[in-house]
Amino acid sequence: MDIFTLDFFIRALIGGVLIGLMAPMIGLFVVLRRLSMIGDTLAHVSIAGVALGFLINVYPLLMGLVFAVVAAFAIEYLRKTFRSYAELSIAIILSGGIALASVLFTLGRGFNMNVMSYLFGSILTLNETDLWLVAIVTVLIVLFVLLFYKELFLLTFDEDAASVSGLPARWLNITLTVMTALVVSVAIKIVGALLVSALLTLPVACSLAVGKGFRPTLLMAIVFSEIAVVGGLIISGLWNLAPGGTIVLLLIVFLLGTLTIRKGLRI
Amino acid sequence: MMADSKKVNILCHDSIISMDQVSFQYEGRNVIDHLDLTILQRDFVGLIGSNGAGKTTLLKLIVGLLKPSSGEIRLFGQPVSQFNGWDRIGYVPQKNTLNPLFPATVKEVVMSGLFGKNRMFKRMKIEDQDKCNEALHALGIEDLADIRIGKLSGGQQQRAFLARSLINNPELLILDEPTIGIDAETQESFFHMIKHMHQRHNITFLMVSHDVEMMQSYLGNEPQHTVGKLKFYVKHSHDLDDCVDDNLAHTLRDLRHHLDLHS
Repeated sequence: MDIFTLDFFIRALIGGVLIGLMAPMIGLFVVLRRLSMIGDTLAHVSIAGVALGFLINVYPLLMGLVFAVVAAFAIEYLRKTFRSYAELSIAIILSGGIALASVLFTLGRGFNMNVMSYLFGSILTLNETDLWLVAIVTVLIVLFVLLFYKELFLLTFDEDAASVSGLPARWLNITLTVMTALVVSVAIKIVGALLVSALLTLPVACSLAVGKGFRPTLLMAIVFSEIAVVGGLIISGLWNLAPGGTIVLLLIVFLLGTLTIRKGLRI
Repeated sequence: MMADSKKVNILCHDSIISMDQVSFQYEGRNVIDHLDLTILQRDFVGLIGSNGAGKTTLLKLIVGLLKPSSGEIRLFGQPVSQFNGWDRIGYVPQKNTLNPLFPATVKEVVMSGLFGKNRMFKRMKIEDQDKCNEALHALGIEDLADIRIGKLSGGQQQRAFLARSLINNPELLILDEPTIGIDAETQESFFHMIKHMHQRHNITFLMVSHDVEMMQSYLGNEPQHTVGKLKFYVKHSHDLDDCVDDNLAHTLRDLRHHLDLHS
């Protein structure tokens, strides 16, 4: 059996390459701003949106995307309300998302809801519409990061300095969170909601272990991510394993490798 | 004669920061209460106050991060809300806000001093690289350009941040407790560098510090004014010919020369 001739696998591979590109691009800023948990949070809310989409017969991935974006704004709002307990806002939205998703899932019992594929990811389910949505989001993310590279760097490195330089820090913060929501919500179909945030954070963790400057760190994160995504999809296609899990396990192997190299080089 | 020279000073020394009856309330508490403050060109203002006195709040008000509950703040004569000359302001943060594992080289950090509002959507050019190299050279850290910022010593990091704040040739330099967490000797040499810049160059300083002794040694024993728990020590520099504009290259090379003589 040659999986490379199968349409669904080619679609998954193209989608995977796009996700593998944009996830670490946003992930670097998310990790450095100490918001690693935000991906998980947005994914769980997104799942609630997917469930609602199935229930009311609206394109589920789009519904998930809308939910994630709304959650992004809610996190920003709660973060302002609780100020010094910023992580509280993430905890609230995270549990809220799971609660809503589980209720909607039980409401939808008897419907044809492929819950497992959204939780753990699947290479079988990506259709052409999904692929278009992934492509549009990829273009948005790449444009955003390229256009605001300097500003995002300064915002991430020193938020006060960014404000003193007159940069629209608040706008950039909110946009970054919304962009994270977009990445997460389109990635869940392949990687699965439970593991999607690993795609934001693990490639970055690998490159942080060996990177020196900002640009090389970003580029290396993308390389790690692409190797893991493509390798993981092929392995999961050949042996019929969950793609998200395979990709994440590969990334953990890379991380152990880079940490060992770092120890050896004493960087 | 005294009156005359004073008049000249006032005429050519524009107001850089002015605060008129500024109050700021946070959760019903008056953090800043009817503050009047004028900082003139070439003043060195040392702001001293205990924790919770409102130092950080004041800085945030000045740079427009917070909006006053009442009163008006002007930067270079313009209301903060309409101000757009942000590249005229350099900023040196508290050292302890730096994440030591942040993946950025000294060069990237110094370059980021140029990433202001009016550079949005614009690429960095060769001249910008040159500016960066000059700033690195002026502070004697050109050899560290490609090293990760977190691997530098506290004093070297402070030089890198100073280089970043100077890259735009600013007219106003804001320093927020720049020497916190640095050993006494390095602190002294850093302060020496700042003093030199104030004496020789056309820069106005606003420095927040907890180090009363060091500030008083340069700015005198008596605060010029006290508002609540905030004490403002002020020294005006006369050494430079009044209102001379000198360019960055000259400013920095001269400073480097001076530092070399002292080290």
